[in-house]
Amino acid sequence: MAYPIEIILSRQLADCLSMPVFITDTVGNLIFYNEPAENLLGTRFEETGEMKVETWGTIFKPKDEDGNVMPPENLPLVRTLKDQYPYHKSFWIESMKGNTEKISVTSYPIIGRAGNFVGAVAIFWEAKDI
Amino acid sequence: MKIMIRGVRGSIPTTGPDTVYYGGNTSCAVAVEDDCILVLDGGSGMQKFNLLQTTAVKRVDILLTHLHLDHIQGLGFFNPFFDPTLDIHIWGPVSNISLRTRLSRYLSPPLFPVLLRDLPCKLTLHEIGDSSFDIGPFQIESRYVIHPGPTVGYRIKGKHSVFTYMPDHEPMLGAKEFPADKRWISGMELAQDADLLLHDAQYSAQQYPYRMGWGHSSMDDVAKFAELAAVKHLLLAHHDPSNSDTDLNNLFEDLQKRNNYLFKYELAAEGMVIELP
Repeated sequence: MAYPIEIILSRQLADCLSMPVFITDTVGNLIFYNEPAENLLGTRFEETGEMKVETWGTIFKPKDEDGNVMPPENLPLVRTLKDQYPYHKSFWIESMKGNTEKISVTSYPIIGRAGNFVGAVAIFWEAKDI
Repeated sequence: MKIMIRGVRGSIPTTGPDTVYYGGNTSCAVAVEDDCILVLDGGSGMQKFNLLQTTAVKRVDILLTHLHLDHIQGLGFFNPFFDPTLDIHIWGPVSNISLRTRLSRYLSPPLFPVLLRDLPCKLTLHEIGDSSFDIGPFQIESRYVIHPGPTVGYRIKGKHSVFTYMPDHEPMLGAKEFPADKRWISGMELAQDADLLLHDAQYSAQQYPYRMGWGHSSMDDVAKFAELAAVKHLLLAHHDPSNSDTDLNNLFEDLQKRNNYLFKYELAAEGMVIELP
């Protein structure tokens, strides 16, 4: 089954960006991440393929400002998947290569032409404040 | 299934001695199986539609891919609209504004003297998106494809064969190459294993980078797309209005020199008739 055109276009936009981008389907499967996101995660999309939310939600070990591990349900993208609203948050991550980075994440739902929820996108960049 | 090609020019009708071979009329094709007639798009190629004079058909279905002018400008000159005994159905992509309102923008003064609502035929409009529906012996799938504004492509399955129609489509928009996973390629689901694919091929590979985002494809990209889809026969269509017959022949010859595809591919020409099994 092909992905909806809105998701395909999101990937093609993500392919053109220097910002890390995640794209998920409606249930949270990470169906694509772009090259900058590969650097952030320390792994390549070709190697991991699609990932379930339980996998990608913990793979980069998100932590809050006190160093506490954040549960997946507190991540902006997971919140967007839950209620189809945009969210923004800054936090710390540890990539698969062991690097610790401070990042900001903005997530938003993809609502297609027919008004249906077809997936979600998260954009990452270096956090200025936390 | 019989396919009749009525218009293959993109953007604007382009008549003259240098476009006589491939034709200057804009998008229109007709698919016929038994007594069921599908008219694909209403470009200027629709004008000389006269099939009904020799058949007992009482219903015609018009499948619009989108509402850009080169795909609807023939509607006002479609004779069956003016026959009160005919049942005509128009199918087109759903948008925030109703299909009737959007079509009426063209079929109303000052652009056209006759109002859509005053057409004598029995007219029914259908709004579609990612849809499946049957018309007579045809099983039809429509899917949104990459092109500015709401645009669909059609996969038309007859009794024994499949015809896929995507005259305006830019699957490579923003992409470096076609992804290995076909689920990520716009229109692939419609084209997979089709007996005949009519597809947008407005530009040469050299022209495409300067037209990216305009909603059309290069000949090279479309040939690659057809290969990935395992299409049996590809018609390259929606010819750029600036390309003469000679230009098109040269571009196609160049395409053939650089590629060695095993399936049949050729430039679409107005007047072509293709019998599918």
